[in-house]
Amino acid sequence: MSISPSRSTHPRRVALFVTCLVDLFRPSVGFAAIKLLEDAGCSVEVPPLQVCCGQPAYNSGDRETTRAIATQIIDAFEGYEAVVAPSGSCGGMLSHHYPGLFDDDPAMKARAENLAGRSFELMSFLVDVLGVEKVAAHYDGTVTYHDSCSGLRELGVKVQPRRLLNSVEGLRFCEMKTPEVCCGFGGTFCVKYPEISNAMVGEKSADILNTGAQTLLAGDLGCLMNMAGKLQREGSPVQVRHVAEVLADMGNLAPIGAPDEGKR
Amino acid sequence: MQSTAHDFKDNVGAALANPNLQESLTMLKVGFSERRRLAAERLPEFEALRDRARDIKNHALANLDFYLEEFERKVIGLGGHVHWAPTAADARRIIAELCQSVGARTVAKSKSMVAEEIALNEHLEAIGIAPIETDLGEYIIQLRNEPPSHIIAPAVHLTKDQVADTFLEHHTPLGFTKRLTERNDLVAEARYVLRQKFLDADVGLTGANFLVAETGSSMLVTNEGNADLSNTLPKMHIVLATIEKVIPTLEDAAVLLRVLARSATGQESSAYTTLNTGPKRAGDLDGPSAYHVVILDNGRSNVLGTEMQEILRCIRCGACMNHCPVYGAVGGHAYGWVYPGPMGAVLTPQLIGVEEASNLPNASTFCGRCESVCPVRIPLPKLMRHWREREFERHLTPKAVRQGLALWGFLARRPKLYRRLTGIANRVLALFGRAEGRYGALPLAGGWTRFRDFPAPQPGGTFHSQWARHGGTRTRP
Repeated sequence: MSISPSRSTHPRRVALFVTCLVDLFRPSVGFAAIKLLEDAGCSVEVPPLQVCCGQPAYNSGDRETTRAIATQIIDAFEGYEAVVAPSGSCGGMLSHHYPGLFDDDPAMKARAENLAGRSFELMSFLVDVLGVEKVAAHYDGTVTYHDSCSGLRELGVKVQPRRLLNSVEGLRFCEMKTPEVCCGFGGTFCVKYPEISNAMVGEKSADILNTGAQTLLAGDLGCLMNMAGKLQREGSPVQVRHVAEVLADMGNLAPIGAPDEGKR
Repeated sequence: MQSTAHDFKDNVGAALANPNLQESLTMLKVGFSERRRLAAERLPEFEALRDRARDIKNHALANLDFYLEEFERKVIGLGGHVHWAPTAADARRIIAELCQSVGARTVAKSKSMVAEEIALNEHLEAIGIAPIETDLGEYIIQLRNEPPSHIIAPAVHLTKDQVADTFLEHHTPLGFTKRLTERNDLVAEARYVLRQKFLDADVGLTGANFLVAETGSSMLVTNEGNADLSNTLPKMHIVLATIEKVIPTLEDAAVLLRVLARSATGQESSAYTTLNTGPKRAGDLDGPSAYHVVILDNGRSNVLGTEMQEILRCIRCGACMNHCPVYGAVGGHAYGWVYPGPMGAVLTPQLIGVEEASNLPNASTFCGRCESVCPVRIPLPKLMRHWREREFERHLTPKAVRQGLALWGFLARRPKLYRRLTGIANRVLALFGRAEGRYGALPLAGGWTRFRDFPAPQPGGTFHSQWARHGGTRTRP
């Protein structure tokens, strides 16, 4: 038992929303999330018919495709007590944006609202819902934390990851000057407006370097890949990881964008 | 003002390559947001005031016809005149005729974004009337023949050195031949040059922050007092305002003022708050003998009752652009028209057409910082997304984006096929990226890899393939 839940009384049947980026690029984030949830007393399932939350279509103005994908997600996650995503952006899509897609369809709207009411971002679910206060993990080094926009502003994820990181043995925490300013990822924004995105992530990387931290953490893989890619292009040795990995004591994995030495 | 919004991407390139602009933006990004944060923290009821401000504007917009007519009745009762201008051309014509009616040669103008919107200066110059900008920032950019780059700080894109050069160039013929380097000296020189222009002006033209229906007052805030000189010294005062500026009562104005200055500059109150209530009355020591209010629609009434209506709550504080990382990277000129930043990304397509301004609502990460500071709680990202929906419906979205989206949408709706293909993509990307852990260049991902490395996937297959392989139990990679 590596987590001490204070409020959870019996295992909850929780569905993991893996998210498409974690599925494709960084499965360890999904496994870290499962470990954290199971250690907090949940039983975790991964509904097989999930794909993406639909944000690429939603933010490109394609409402019909978004509705089709949302319907699929609503079907896939029917019946679970809670749906948890290791991402504020995808979690926020389910909990804040799905109901508005079905204003002209009361039956679907009711189902979307039902899903919205039981959808959570991982850090917020662990701390705010399950009452987890500490984890049993070890990580050597100074870390800094980027507050991803949707998690921060839509879901209020701010203190939860910091509180849990505070319990990681060996970990020292150091804030950026502006941890709440967008990293410039923005989904398709980063390839539609690469120059602006680059200016934004360049400022972010300077802020990260100024902290002197050796590790950058955040709760959204899109932002992490963007910042990791920039730091590496600049030749920075800062290691980039998803916060769930460090909390689940998986901080020994190769960081994002680094070769996996063990399997070479 | 001639729009260059369709050249947004070129404008962005120029902005990012402009060292003076980048230096100025560095100052803006820290200063405005920090001052606003401190001002909000000092007022415990600030969040509640934002709710009230939103409700006041919503009420006014829901009863706009009533309050506009009430305002008109009051102005007429005071001896003033109200002119209704459906379009920008109507407003230009009305103002030109008013100026000509008193034989005006110069017009002292205090800062008005609506005057920029209707390109008033160009029109006045064309008929031989000289508009004199009296707001310091507007004065500077008028000398430089540039448009404003910010709705409350029009010359924020310039450094002090650039202003010093501009003053030296334009003030030398007036006898000021020394290049100044201190801020206060620059302000003093501008003040001296402008003072005579106030005294000489035949007409004073101001904007309005609010039109108060119950009293017929137009309300204006400034930090320089230039508006007060513009509206008291000349014999005619023209107020140029748009329909959504009307609010019911002075009490409402008090609420809005409390959130306006704090959101804009972090001040508790602007240095000058002026109420203009009709022309000079018998016994008044000063003031204009003629008082005219020109109320412009210019497409705004089309927004009423639509999903975009909330943008009409905007009180032009500039907080959205002060907090916008995109504005902070490229400045206001890149947006290509009068209103930059998030509020401009929503309003500009409405006023000049979404075909012309199609980039503006797309150039946002939807980070939500604008909405989080808006004093009247306009859901700016949501409204930008509505524009994207309209663009998509009208096939204005670029073809490559549409095609990519269609392919992705096709796959995302077929989970089994999606799994097979992402499984292959995952293995290929992991295999070839194995040695470095990342890619410096990748076909079809030039937008990414031009500036950033692209992380290769972890080895071992997608999450779902690993999960299935282990029979749906937790595994440790």
